[in-house]
Amino acid sequence: MSRLLPFFAFVLLVELFGFGIWWNTQHDPQAIPSPLLNKPAPAFVLPKLYEPTVTVSKSDLLGKPYLLNVFASWCVECGVEHPVLQAEAPTLGVLLVGYDYKDAPEDAKHWLAEHGNPYGVLIADQPGQTAIDFGVYGAPESFLIDGKGVIRYKHIGPMTEDVVTSELKPAIAALQKETP
Amino acid sequence: MRSFCRSAPCARKSFRLGIVRAQGALLHVLLLACLVFASATHAQAIEPMPFANHAQEVRFQQLTAQLRCPMCQNETLADSNAPIARDLRNQIFQLMQHGQSDEQIKQYLVARYSDYVLYDPPLKLGTMLLWFGPLLILLGGAGVVLMAIRKRSRAGTTAGMPSDSTPTDNGDDW
Repeated sequence: MSRLLPFFAFVLLVELFGFGIWWNTQHDPQAIPSPLLNKPAPAFVLPKLYEPTVTVSKSDLLGKPYLLNVFASWCVECGVEHPVLQAEAPTLGVLLVGYDYKDAPEDAKHWLAEHGNPYGVLIADQPGQTAIDFGVYGAPESFLIDGKGVIRYKHIGPMTEDVVTSELKPAIAALQKETP
Repeated sequence: MRSFCRSAPCARKSFRLGIVRAQGALLHVLLLACLVFASATHAQAIEPMPFANHAQEVRFQQLTAQLRCPMCQNETLADSNAPIARDLRNQIFQLMQHGQSDEQIKQYLVARYSDYVLYDPPLKLGTMLLWFGPLLILLGGAGVVLMAIRKRSRAGTTAGMPSDSTPTDNGDDW
């Protein structure tokens, strides 16, 4: 029995390593859980991308839930995510708000002209100051914000079809059940 | 030290000594080059900021070295060249100008980016295992060692008995 002990220790170690590998495939190790989840979204006032003289604030968007999608023309992963947003935007049932992050307005406009514009409202944060309040540390990131202005769901990294069907749509459905 | 050689072996020895000296010099040059380039890249990562005084600059360097860049994960805010790290450094600088304490600035970042930004994790329910895990492992190891010692001493007393005639296992595995 005592001679088998090293073998059991070995099996235990293998299981531990196996769990580590499995765990890293199950979640994105780069994603930091947002402390803002289920808390009111930070107040913001940002200019529209196509009409820089007009601003959109948090209170302007209160009343109905919306999906705030942080993107930029310089962001490679956003190009990966974009076709999914294009395809899914009409079926989401919530307003899609584009948040152009640290981008030259001209670059963003070119990028949208090339890839298409799925956004109902488009705001630009060129200095990236407001994004710090949202805890944004890269693009793309997406926030589902309810009618009361509370962040209900956050996704870091590109929106894939998988994420839309397994996470985003159930989250939206739960919101719509709450506020008929 | 310098010496004059009159014999062949001595000359060979001093020649070898010369090679060693040359290698040493080369090593010095290489190390110096490493140092220069390292400081050059470091300087690139951190853009100069209009600090009010040297004390503030030191405080800024110390604070940003204790904070983790959320994007580039294993770099401090002080070291990282990522755009978000630059923005956060600027933000920290601004907060400092507004008279915020180190603790207030840390709270500001934690409220937005969670405890993740702290290299020194706070002691709370979620971090208990992190803080006391090593102690648990140490205690477990001590338990195993204690058990092994007891077993050995018991085996040692029985092995010496004349009634135990089986010589196959004296309790010594090695």
